[in-house]
Amino acid sequence: MSSTAQTWTTKTGTRASGLFGVAAILVVIVAAGAPFLVSRDIVQDLFFILTMLVLAQNWNLLAGYAGLLSIGQQAFVGFGAYSMFGMVILLGVDPLLATLLAGFFAMLLAIPAGFFSFRLQGAYFGVGTWVIAEAVRLVVAQWKALGGGTGTSLPGEARKAMFGVEFLKDTFDMKTSQASDAIAYWFALVLAAATVLLFYRILRTRQGLGLAAVRDNETAARALGVNAQRMKVFVYLTTAFVTGITGALIYLQKARISPDAAFSVTDWTAYVLFIVVIGGIGTIEGPIVGMIVFFVLQKTLSDFGSVYLLILGFIGIATMIFAPAGLWGLFSARTGIQLFPIRRRLVLNGSDHIAQNTREGGFNG
Amino acid sequence: MTLLQLDGISKSFGALTVADDITFSVSEGEALGIIGPNGAGKSTLFNLITGTIGADKGSIRFLGEDVTRVSPMQRCLSGIGRTFQIPQPFEKLTVFENLLVAGAFGQQRGEREVASECAEILVETGLIAEANKPAGSLSLLQRKRLELARALATKPKLLLLDEIAGGLTEGECAVLVETIRAVHRRGVTVIWIEHVLHALNSVVDHLLVLHFGRVLGLGAPQDMMNSQEVREIYLGMEV
Repeated sequence: MSSTAQTWTTKTGTRASGLFGVAAILVVIVAAGAPFLVSRDIVQDLFFILTMLVLAQNWNLLAGYAGLLSIGQQAFVGFGAYSMFGMVILLGVDPLLATLLAGFFAMLLAIPAGFFSFRLQGAYFGVGTWVIAEAVRLVVAQWKALGGGTGTSLPGEARKAMFGVEFLKDTFDMKTSQASDAIAYWFALVLAAATVLLFYRILRTRQGLGLAAVRDNETAARALGVNAQRMKVFVYLTTAFVTGITGALIYLQKARISPDAAFSVTDWTAYVLFIVVIGGIGTIEGPIVGMIVFFVLQKTLSDFGSVYLLILGFIGIATMIFAPAGLWGLFSARTGIQLFPIRRRLVLNGSDHIAQNTREGGFNG
Repeated sequence: MTLLQLDGISKSFGALTVADDITFSVSEGEALGIIGPNGAGKSTLFNLITGTIGADKGSIRFLGEDVTRVSPMQRCLSGIGRTFQIPQPFEKLTVFENLLVAGAFGQQRGEREVASECAEILVETGLIAEANKPAGSLSLLQRKRLELARALATKPKLLLLDEIAGGLTEGECAVLVETIRAVHRRGVTVIWIEHVLHALNSVVDHLLVLHFGRVLGLGAPQDMMNSQEVREIYLGMEV
């Protein structure tokens, strides 16, 4: 053992991450002003970006950290959305409050869903979650009070009476639809920022370190005292909660729901998977980059119909082959830049001198 | 005082018996070596002790407690540390982070509390220069050292070493043996599976010979090496 007066400490932050933190706060503040600054179309585009980003962050935490390759997240999107509609239509709950509560319903669904799917491993787990999502869709389609298989709309009065709408109409002279869009948008902005911050925090704690260990080698992690099962359950329930809120929020803004749309595997899992894979799985930056790429592709290619899906597929496959760590992984490996640093660097007497080689690999965590 | 006690432990995979009525005990502060031909069930025995696989019959007591049905995680927390024959690093984590996992979870303490302890283990095992490199980029020797370092970071009372010297050069092996000896001298009980006999015999007090899942003999290293039976089944292959 070394007996000299050396003090070893750990450091995670980098200069780039500090600057980025400041920039990110400014971006969020500017973005908050969007409903006053830009057209309703753009606000809706931004809403789409934010909500898809939240779904992507959730899937990334599930697959990229807990190794839970779910292709059934639409179960929580759809169930969250339907429970919001149910609370508003049947119980007269304020839509905004119902959207928050939808998270708990999604988490409740995750308990039996996890009970069954956790018996399966890897790809089988994925198939299992998909089957569960289909089963939930079929059951919800029987719910006559909410329109059965054809779906239903959110009552106009409920949207008018939604918390904040009256205030926006009076103060800023907005129309009802404009005001409820603005509220949904702000909700999405807060949700996206909170999700990124929450997941970043989780990854920086001891639990996050354990999660990364489980991802890399579950047998070794267990042998070192990591409770792998408990961590996976925690991640599964947390992501179900956030995914449920997001689903409810998406359908609050759409104001119309049907089982086929709300439980769509393409919209709520395939696109999300694409975003995470091209951006870079296993990093917080990855889904953000992936979301931007996905949005640009969608805007430029959506007129081509099914060719658009083919192109998305090819890009996804090409990324998996040539840049398995995604676009962000590629960039991060070249430059060493991490905007959400998770690496614990060992430093001696406060200086980085034993620690030069923190750049390798696009994965941080 | 008896630290570990195995009583009639048996395990089969289908028709293949990998552990057959194994009974032995290890006292606190002892160093026990385990030898036997390939496929004798040495690594399986470690998996049974750490709980990675469950026993069909028999019981395992550690520190006087019956741990036969206890999970690998709990056994680690109660003080059983191990290395894997094929190193199992967390490849995307750095060397230091690998130790942090072991320290923080294996001892149930905060990351900050164990950081300097982990750094000292890295110094002792000669890995300090690689502290902030991804474990996936290490050489074989470094991976073996990381296995040892990570096991030490859990502060084990009982350290299980699985062929930690295998595949190393003479010089590399000598350095590793020195480290193990130092750890043992600090009071850590060691059970060591090894084919590199001169390395093993320079550290251990007793030698246990395993053959087809059965204990063939247990005694002083010299007696075991001189036993006719052991020579035939184990060393006989080399003569």
